[in-house]
Amino acid sequence: MESIIKYLWLMPTAPLLAAGITALLPRRQRVLSAGLAIGAISISFVVACIAFSATLHAGGRATSNFRWLDFGSTSVQLGWVLDPLGAIMSVMVALVSLLIFIYSVGYMAKDDNFTRFFCFLAFFAAAMLGLVIANSLLLFFICWELVGLASYLLIGFWFQKPSAAAAAKKAFIVTRIGDLGFLAGMLLLYAKTGTLLFYDNGHGCLDRGAAGGVMVATTFISLLIFCGAVGKSGQIPLHVWLPDAMEGPTPVSALIHAATMVAAGVFLIARVYPLMSPESLKVVTWIGALTAVFAASIAVAQDDIKRILAYSTVSQLGYMMMGLGAGGVAVGMFHLTTHAFFKALLFMGAGSVIHGCHEEQDIRKMGGLRRRMPVTFATYAVGMMALCGVPLFFSGFWSKDAILGATHHWRTSPAPFYLGLAGAFLTAFYMTRQVVRVFFGKPATKEAEHAHESPSVMTVPLVILAVLAVMAGFFGTPAWPWFQSYLEGTPYEFDLSKLSEAVPIMLLSTGLVVAAIFLSGWIYGKTSAQAAREKDPLETAQPAIFALLRHKFFVDEFYDATVVNLTIVFALFSDWLDREIWDGLVRAVSRLTLALARLNRSVDESVINGSFDAGTETVRDSGKWMSLLQNGQTQRYLRVIGLSFCALLILLLWGSR
Amino acid sequence: MTTPLANYLILAALLFAVGLAGALMRRNAVLVLIGLELMFNAANLNFIAFWRFNPHPERLTGLMFALFSIAIGAAEAAIGLALIIAIYRHRRTAQVDQFNSLKG
Repeated sequence: MESIIKYLWLMPTAPLLAAGITALLPRRQRVLSAGLAIGAISISFVVACIAFSATLHAGGRATSNFRWLDFGSTSVQLGWVLDPLGAIMSVMVALVSLLIFIYSVGYMAKDDNFTRFFCFLAFFAAAMLGLVIANSLLLFFICWELVGLASYLLIGFWFQKPSAAAAAKKAFIVTRIGDLGFLAGMLLLYAKTGTLLFYDNGHGCLDRGAAGGVMVATTFISLLIFCGAVGKSGQIPLHVWLPDAMEGPTPVSALIHAATMVAAGVFLIARVYPLMSPESLKVVTWIGALTAVFAASIAVAQDDIKRILAYSTVSQLGYMMMGLGAGGVAVGMFHLTTHAFFKALLFMGAGSVIHGCHEEQDIRKMGGLRRRMPVTFATYAVGMMALCGVPLFFSGFWSKDAILGATHHWRTSPAPFYLGLAGAFLTAFYMTRQVVRVFFGKPATKEAEHAHESPSVMTVPLVILAVLAVMAGFFGTPAWPWFQSYLEGTPYEFDLSKLSEAVPIMLLSTGLVVAAIFLSGWIYGKTSAQAAREKDPLETAQPAIFALLRHKFFVDEFYDATVVNLTIVFALFSDWLDREIWDGLVRAVSRLTLALARLNRSVDESVINGSFDAGTETVRDSGKWMSLLQNGQTQRYLRVIGLSFCALLILLLWGSR
Repeated sequence: MTTPLANYLILAALLFAVGLAGALMRRNAVLVLIGLELMFNAANLNFIAFWRFNPHPERLTGLMFALFSIAIGAAEAAIGLALIIAIYRHRRTAQVDQFNSLKG
């Protein structure tokens, strides 16, 4: 534990170095850039695994801090920490990054800016790993902003498309609103505790519990910090950027906007969990529950394969928040980990589908891909069942039931539990709709008919992730709560009786999921070849509700009408103020200066220049007169000498008389 | 030995006047130099004359003076001619009144 902490910095530094070198490479160095990025993330993965095994053996927590800035008598310290929470997160991030890097080699093979892509990806991985091991809220915030930057660069990777450029800007600006709260919360926390280190031998802001008296920040501070998580993790009301972020390349969506970066908000709350006051945890639960249902209902009416997954991600992030608020760190983090695997799997599967159908993203124009893309279909089905929470063999089932169980025992209100159940029903419904539309039935277009399976560089990561999506669940079942006890450092035992306590909720959720799958399969199973032109079955049944869902509850339009318009009006007002008032003042000052300058010039020209001119004229005139003597004619000089000599002679003779 | 000293002095004065006139009037630099040379030799004639008619002609003072002065005159003529040739090469003329580049 103490030995590995010294080398923990390698984890973010290796990809950062790779990104730096790749940035300097010429564009044709495709193999080298991909090799550098994959090699660097492999190093990070190995370090993460060693760190993880160290926490398995030793447990507890190790930190390494250093002084970063000194001003006056105070200093700002940064550092990194190794504890179960960070270790499990870093293994997950490094593993998913590694698989997605490999997948990207196939997905981006035809892109001209392959090198730039890997540079950004490696940069993102560095920032994300830095965030995971950060032992200071400040370092956390720095890395938090860096992953935001990487996300901006990667969403806007195809910046030639106006929609991608707009989506990148939207993502950056919307998350910035949340970050403002985060920053304010951080400053207030520093004012209150005098340190931003998480753990510092009993002096860190999360350590106070050990020193006596649980250190809980005020509700205001913890809610401000939660603002950052709301922005980054796409919770209501700042969720609008995440679906638009799907403009980026699909590996980016899988890595950043499904598995890792958007989960950073959840990780932030898990990290500062000791600071969260009970009231703010209630807010977290409510926001999470509302987001879970809200986003899941929108996903029902979307047709873009990636947008469905994006809303699904928003919804699942809501589940994680709900789990954190109602159940604690372990519940939220368990769903975060399982979700990272199966959502990355789903996005990469979607990427494979899009790739196979020649860049088609509309699920109505697909169909029948089951036979043409067997590996993609099999892995996608695993991911879909994990996301829906199909019982016993899929990870999503265990992690989602842990959340539902936690909300069931939540004393404040029963509503989040029912919202969670509704979300689970909707999730199963829209995922079945998507899978049926994409993989079953008959091909709706020629592109779908001529779809082809992706190369093995893309399918192998899919298979690995599919295995993980199944396996990850078994580490946190109620009977064998290894994951929970690992995170909390408590002993655990294999106890089948605990399983029976959870059975009623499991049965309830299983019933809902199965019902949803069959309902959706029955509605969409009859898809004909003209699906692309036909109305959605739900649309014919309930056109008003469907339109509301399809337009995402008009949240974007609402923001356009209020926040954006307000900003525009304010900008116009500022523009007017700038032009008329401030510019007027500036112009008045400039006119005054000009007048003074003119006065100055006339004084200069008439008085000072005049006297100098007169002086120089005199000197020049006298010089002109004198220069007549110096005409350069030697003989004239001689003549003058001769004449003067004669005159002198005459004078002498005259004088001698 | 009956010719009086005054005759020599008058001859030297005439010679000097001719040389001065040449130096002042002539436009050609070579002729100006010749005029200077005449004035020089008039002065030398005076040295010799005064030496010959002084009370102690055995002391050879005037003769030595004249010899030195002839040597210096030869050097001066060499320098003068060299200057004239240099100016001629530069200006393509030997006319003294055109040497006016020092004019202010």
